[in-house]
Amino acid sequence: MLRDHYIFSNGRLKRKDNTLYFFDEQENKKSLPVHQTDNLYIFGEVDLNSSLLNLLSQHDVHLHVFNYYGFYAGTFCPRNKKVSGFTVVQQSVHYLEHEKRLYMARSFLQSAVHHMLRNIRRYKEKTEQYVKNIEEEAKKMDSATTIQELMGIEGRIRQHYYQSFNAILKQDFIFEKRTKQPPQDPLNALISFGNSLCYTTVLSEIYKTQLDPTISFLHEPSTKRFSLCLDLAEIFKPLLVDVVIISCINNRIITQKHFDFLDGMVLLNEEGKKRFIKEWDEKLSTTVQHRKLKRKVSYRYFIRLECYKLIKHFIGDEPYKPLKAWW
Amino acid sequence: MVSGVQMQYYKVCKRKLWLFSKGIAMENEHERVIEGKILHERAYPRLEDREILVDDTFKLDALDKEYVREIKISSKMPEADRFQMLYYLYELKKRGITKKGLISYTKERKTEEVELTEKDESAIEKAIKEIYVILQSPSPPRLKKLPYCTKCAYYEFCFALEGDD
Ligand code: SF4
Repeated sequence: MLRDHYIFSNGRLKRKDNTLYFFDEQENKKSLPVHQTDNLYIFGEVDLNSSLLNLLSQHDVHLHVFNYYGFYAGTFCPRNKKVSGFTVVQQSVHYLEHEKRLYMARSFLQSAVHHMLRNIRRYKEKTEQYVKNIEEEAKKMDSATTIQELMGIEGRIRQHYYQSFNAILKQDFIFEKRTKQPPQDPLNALISFGNSLCYTTVLSEIYKTQLDPTISFLHEPSTKRFSLCLDLAEIFKPLLVDVVIISCINNRIITQKHFDFLDGMVLLNEEGKKRFIKEWDEKLSTTVQHRKLKRKVSYRYFIRLECYKLIKHFIGDEPYKPLKAWW
Repeated sequence: MVSGVQMQYYKVCKRKLWLFSKGIAMENEHERVIEGKILHERAYPRLEDREILVDDTFKLDALDKEYVREIKISSKMPEADRFQMLYYLYELKKRGITKKGLISYTKERKTEEVELTEKDESAIEKAIKEIYVILQSPSPPRLKKLPYCTKCAYYEFCFALEGDD
């Protein structure tokens, strides 16, 4: 099975013949099984060269780089082998035709809301009012006729949703407002970090299919980001990231001491990142019995299945119905 | 022109034929192709004329005086393999070369001889026409469950479906 590897230390990544080694600053050597690697996450300061990138490319390994503060910087994507001009043309049609685009955008949001509600309904007594507010707001999605309107609805829903965390979270983690660049409190730091992991995971799954990651529907196709990842991440952030956040906090896996406070900016420290990633990795490999495939499917693989469903929608095979966790 | 793989998929599943032909290939399909390549290089290490490209469009594993040879890992779909071979024989015949076919299955260690009859020829001609019709369609043939599905590289793709809420 393919795995993800995370490098936190500073050092050197080196190729020797067809093997991958990591040398830390004390010259301790560790080999990484390149055949079994799907993604390599680099959080430390690491030197590497083009021969190493060639090896990664041969084995279809994605290399994700995070900066000193733990913010996502970018990805080295091996040459995309999975091209289907036909699929990309069809995908574009669903962007260009307004009604079709609206259908996609609305589908992503419906799934996102389903998963948000699923999270907070578990704490029924405490979140009743928030659930009501979100349901009220969500009704408006059906009649929205522009992407902007949908985005507005989404923003208000997310506000209610994050507010409800104040009723759910056990420690002294408080949500005031969403701050991204940079996060200004520990909860926002967790959300940002988790969302960037979700983004890279979605990206690596999209790359295994013929979808074009730049053509998106809810988010405007952007030149800075693979915006289709942002669209799909809407589905998986509440399903995966937020669940991990809540469990990390409520089970005291992460506490206030796992954050660095630098002037006006709050970040997960190294130990905090490690702890979060451990939970995240476990979550991704947790399996669920799939009712149509009649097989066990990992949460990570659910992302791939979502990609397949998009392709099927674009090529006129099967109308897209977004994932709504049924278990 | 129709390729050997397309002819094989035509027999296995028309939906698979359509998806594959539109470039919607699956990862494990890719691995299978590589596996086949390695197998094929091992099987014909010295053969001068291994991998013959006919008219730049279809590849034959190997050709000798009497036979067109194909090597397969296992006989999962013998009917489709036979049909693919018939297609090669048909195309060669059109070019004035008359041969018989020999399919070797490495796993089962058996070979199968294939001869092109007149009846086969018209079956091939019909298949070629049908393949063009299938590929004209903007969407794939509807999903219908086949016994082969659970072994197919497209299984997850085809059955990635949502139930009713
Ligand atoms: S899974 Fe079944 S229907 Fe789909 S391509 Fe394969 S054989 Fe055809």
